[in-house]
Amino acid sequence: MTGPLPAPRPAGLLSAARPTGSPPVARPAGLRKRWLVAGLFAVLVALVAGVSLGPVSLPPGSVAAELLNLFPGVHLDSGLTEREIAIVTELRLPRVVLGLLVGGLLALAGGCYQGVFRNPLADPYLLGVAAGAGLAVTAAIALGGGGRQGTLSGLPMTIPLAAFAGSLLAVTMTYVLGAAGGRRGSPAMLILAGVAVSAFLSAGQTYLLQRNADTIQPVYSWLLGRLATAGWHDVLLVLPYAALTTVVVLLHRRELDVLAVGDDEARSLGLHPQRTRYLLIAAASLGTAAAVSATGLIGFVGIIVPHTVRLLAGSSYRVILPMSLLFGGAFLALTDVVARTAAAPAEVPIGVVTALLGGPFFVLVLRTARRVLT
Amino acid sequence: MSREPTAGAPAVEVRGLHVDLGGTPILTGVDLTVAAGEWVTVIGPNGAGKSTLLRAVGGLLPAPGAITLFGTPSAALRRRDRARVVATVAQSPVVPPGMSVLDYVLLGRTPYIPALGRESTADVDAVHEVLGRLDLSGFHRRELATLSGGERQRVFLARALAQGATLLLLDEPTSALDIGHQQDVLELVDQLRREHGLTVLATMHDLSLAGEYADRMVMLAGGRVVAAGTPPEVLTEELLATHYRASVRVVPGAHGPLVVPVRPTRP
Repeated sequence: MTGPLPAPRPAGLLSAARPTGSPPVARPAGLRKRWLVAGLFAVLVALVAGVSLGPVSLPPGSVAAELLNLFPGVHLDSGLTEREIAIVTELRLPRVVLGLLVGGLLALAGGCYQGVFRNPLADPYLLGVAAGAGLAVTAAIALGGGGRQGTLSGLPMTIPLAAFAGSLLAVTMTYVLGAAGGRRGSPAMLILAGVAVSAFLSAGQTYLLQRNADTIQPVYSWLLGRLATAGWHDVLLVLPYAALTTVVVLLHRRELDVLAVGDDEARSLGLHPQRTRYLLIAAASLGTAAAVSATGLIGFVGIIVPHTVRLLAGSSYRVILPMSLLFGGAFLALTDVVARTAAAPAEVPIGVVTALLGGPFFVLVLRTARRVLT
Repeated sequence: MSREPTAGAPAVEVRGLHVDLGGTPILTGVDLTVAAGEWVTVIGPNGAGKSTLLRAVGGLLPAPGAITLFGTPSAALRRRDRARVVATVAQSPVVPPGMSVLDYVLLGRTPYIPALGRESTADVDAVHEVLGRLDLSGFHRRELATLSGGERQRVFLARALAQGATLLLLDEPTSALDIGHQQDVLELVDQLRREHGLTVLATMHDLSLAGEYADRMVMLAGGRVVAAGTPPEVLTEELLATHYRASVRVVPGAHGPLVVPVRPTRP
């Protein structure tokens, strides 16, 4: 498209070039190294703490050595017995890794929804996405005969796809309902629509559970959110979807910053906001679906983590998204430590713990977001 | 006011533009030509379709076949290519909470940044240069939301300039400003226009200010062009009485007619 169009003014034409040798005094928003280091450190702490703490407490130093032994070519003497090594690699490690993956996904999805909907309250749960995924998984288990021997372990790898279909259905319903209040629904409308959709889909789920009483028990424990039965199988179940979601969302982090100035402006800057929005909604919903399929309904991670990151490290999605991934993972893995030690030997469902933390936090966000909502 | 020599195709050519929004006709057969380097201001009463016209020229509304930019049909332009030619400053742009001035102006480089890519050093340099040009160098770290109205308007302008476009669409660029800042912003736009050969298509409510800065004016009323020409041709007491239902006195000024509202005498 050159031809008769005037060439755009090249960068630097506006006036004489800046004095050479002086670097720009400020850098654009982006992930600063110290925050990346902090995020990775948090993940590491969660990993070691998650593996060390439990009914059988193991010394963190030995656990760190045993974790390093998983890398090829490393042979450290951790001083752990065979049984303890088995606890580390077969029981606790997959559970912690699943916590990291699911927490990262839920926080990333939350941050992504907040960006595409320009809504500080958007979250996989408040939008009804998780309820949609939950209904789909319940339906798959109840109607499809469920996993092996009536438990949830051994679910086929395609379960997240069913959950994805459910989550897309839910987010579409919320989006359409939320926009019904006007050409562009208000942030509060969207959340109210999400609440309505959640209630509707949960009713469907309850009905399915009532009709299939024999499958209630495993589904019920899964509903409350659990990392308990996690083995490497569950990690493998989530991993491909987690990777896809993470790549798609992180690649669009700058686009989300552009979307923050509104669709018209984004369009006049050369973007296709609606196309980007649909793609990112699909990606975040896939991530939510994968998380819900593996660990059930764990709420509030998608709202606690991105908002904390926003307060600490800045409001650019180039910071919020990668940091939410890291801190979300660390947050959920550490929450799981609380869930299994607080009332030991019994386990508190992890969804209960996140809800206990998330409720008050939500009120806090609501107070700061009041200006946006009204 | 000196006019840049117009070479080749006009910057904007609108022929028979019809726009319906939700079944309501907003524009019915609008014609408009803006020569390269020219400043044309669209005036008209509330609801005349001024903003809609600007949105259509900026490519935000579908207007197949009606709009040509620098000789190329607008509909044939890819969005990114159009963004390198046309920059829009909306009437009240969204101010994202927490965004710094530097980051906001950098958004203007979006049409030059590859999809899914990040800005280059050249983009950052270009932005620093624009900020310096608009006396905003001290502001780059500031949060946009904390700036005053006049400063914000300069930042919005900076973002449009960073876009590198030669056609500037300004929707009510002075509506949020006091009279001193209104003049500052318009002087700045005029200076940039002369120095860099920009073309300006603006909408304005303040008729005296509009007449002082525009080369030509177009009056819209009820979705069609009711008058077009130099400011003295458009800003007449008769036209303003007919289309604005306003009682005004038009006084000749050094840079254009001055429109003074006069309280109507009661019948």
